[in-house]
Amino acid sequence: MTLLRKPWIWSFVAAGAVWIVTVLATGGSSSLGLSQAALTFAAFSVMVGTGQMFVITLGPGNIDLAVPATMTLSGTVALKFMAENNGLILPGLGIAVLIGLCVGISNYVLIKALRIPPIIATLSLSFIVQSSAIWTNRGLRVKPPSAMADFTTDLTLGIPNLALIALAVTVAAWFLLNRSIYGRWISAIGQSLPAARMAGIPVDGVRLATYVLCAILASVTGYLLACFSGGAALNMGAEYLLMSIAVVVIGGTAVAGGDSNVPGIWGASLFMFLVVSMLNTYGFGAGFRLILTGLIIITVILAASGRQARIQ
Amino acid sequence: MRWLSADAMRLAVPALALVALLVGIFWMQPRAMSYNGFNLLFNLAVPIALATLGQMMIMAVNDLDLSMGTFVSFVACVTATFLQSDPLIGVLILLAAIATYAVIGVVIHLRQLPSIVVTLGMSFVWGGLAVLILPAPGGSAPGWIRAIMISKPPLVPMAIIASIIIAAVAHLIVMRSSFGVLVRGVGGNARSVQRAGWSIIAARAGAYAMAATFAVAAGIALVGLTTSADANIALRYTLLSIAGVILGGGEFIGGRVSAIGAVIGALTLTLAGSFLSFLRISSDWQIGAQGMILIAVLGLRLLLNRFEVKRS
Repeated sequence: MTLLRKPWIWSFVAAGAVWIVTVLATGGSSSLGLSQAALTFAAFSVMVGTGQMFVITLGPGNIDLAVPATMTLSGTVALKFMAENNGLILPGLGIAVLIGLCVGISNYVLIKALRIPPIIATLSLSFIVQSSAIWTNRGLRVKPPSAMADFTTDLTLGIPNLALIALAVTVAAWFLLNRSIYGRWISAIGQSLPAARMAGIPVDGVRLATYVLCAILASVTGYLLACFSGGAALNMGAEYLLMSIAVVVIGGTAVAGGDSNVPGIWGASLFMFLVVSMLNTYGFGAGFRLILTGLIIITVILAASGRQARIQ
Repeated sequence: MRWLSADAMRLAVPALALVALLVGIFWMQPRAMSYNGFNLLFNLAVPIALATLGQMMIMAVNDLDLSMGTFVSFVACVTATFLQSDPLIGVLILLAAIATYAVIGVVIHLRQLPSIVVTLGMSFVWGGLAVLILPAPGGSAPGWIRAIMISKPPLVPMAIIASIIIAAVAHLIVMRSSFGVLVRGVGGNARSVQRAGWSIIAARAGAYAMAATFAVAAGIALVGLTTSADANIALRYTLLSIAGVILGGGEFIGGRVSAIGAVIGALTLTLAGSFLSFLRISSDWQIGAQGMILIAVLGLRLLLNRFEVKRS
């Protein structure tokens, strides 16, 4: 029964239950389409959630509120640069990564130089990044290059390409966290920063790398999301602020830091998407859908806290 | 030579930033230095200041409220519909909402939940309720609040009078009443407050209820200005209120908050937005300016702190 002890198993159980309930409503006819849609949309939450998880693992108070603004800016700038030209797809991706790099470094410079809590540093920076996105966008809607639009909406062996990319990201994240010295350092810092410093861990370097990693994952997700949805919109990152935090917490990562959980992010992301489509299938309006989503988040966190209390 | 206490120093920086912004605006546009000019500049600051005070109550007990923006939107929707047509039902709904906040504060404490996640879940709930009440923008303001918000007292504009009254009342509650001392004590050292025989649960319930009361006032004041409401009317308040508290010298932990500072912080952030239109810089950079003011003030405070340490 070791599988049942894993903190991430519950998010998958919940996602599976919601999937069954949804498919039952349509008499089983939608099972393939629903699964593919769930994998596609979960992929975006998984990628930003993975970055946010690295940051949250750094310990109490560490959070990146610049994620949505970074997504919007990178999507806007990259699409404008590519100008529907298939030859510029890779340079466009490079620009997205570069934006993530700049945002991540600026985030940590603010945290370190001004000694302000990460929540305020990333918040102030996100205001500036969002403004830059508004300024570059100017209400234009540039289409993505056709090859990129096809790639992001296509399937490989029945699985959405985006889900495969997200899977690769999570596998890499898992190795980074559990099998590399960098991952051990992050957990050590999250459990006790002074102790980590005493142990000779390069605390500043590790924290800088983590904020950069989170920002790059956000900017690449923004690039893919803009290509997938046929153009960048100024509010396209908005829902991912709460989503990136929610999937990390529901997935079983400790909010207090020092203990992260990669598989749980997939379970939680699938769950979050499936809940919305289940409520849609059963004909709930937007209001009830939001209320139920909120109540489910609170129920999950209540259940998770009970579980932790029993283990201790 | 210590001519200023440490607390006064913390207040001085945001106050100076506010004065500097005002001087800048008057220098560029002397006509703004009038009764109507002041009213226009500070009108929208009143609801933001109230929401900031609400966030401050939550931060005083070391929590963070990510649902502030959706809650104020929800209150605005109730105000523009029920409170206007059936005042009794409207009042009952708002009282129930305040009670809900108190319950959330107790649940967070009893189950040792992360406040960020619980309020994140609640933000969906409030958002959903707001959509149910007002699916499309509309409603109308109750006559009395409209009358208060557009009233023109002699000599000093309403926005200024309201800000001063709000700051004074909040200051009395937080700094001078035994309830305020208790709440800040819970934030500073919950265990010693408990040992001294106080009920932490009651203090936290009180802090959350007081936060909701300020937020309700914010929603009502907002509708008094805009005369109608929609479910997304105040979403920006979540981040603005956190920024305002920090700008005014508050801290995330330790029960260190300042009511006067929070109001000044909210006024500064509001002015930072309109400052740009006087510089004839495109309004695209409006949010960016708020980010930059935030960084500048925090940087200045750090400099002053260093100066202070060197001198002593």
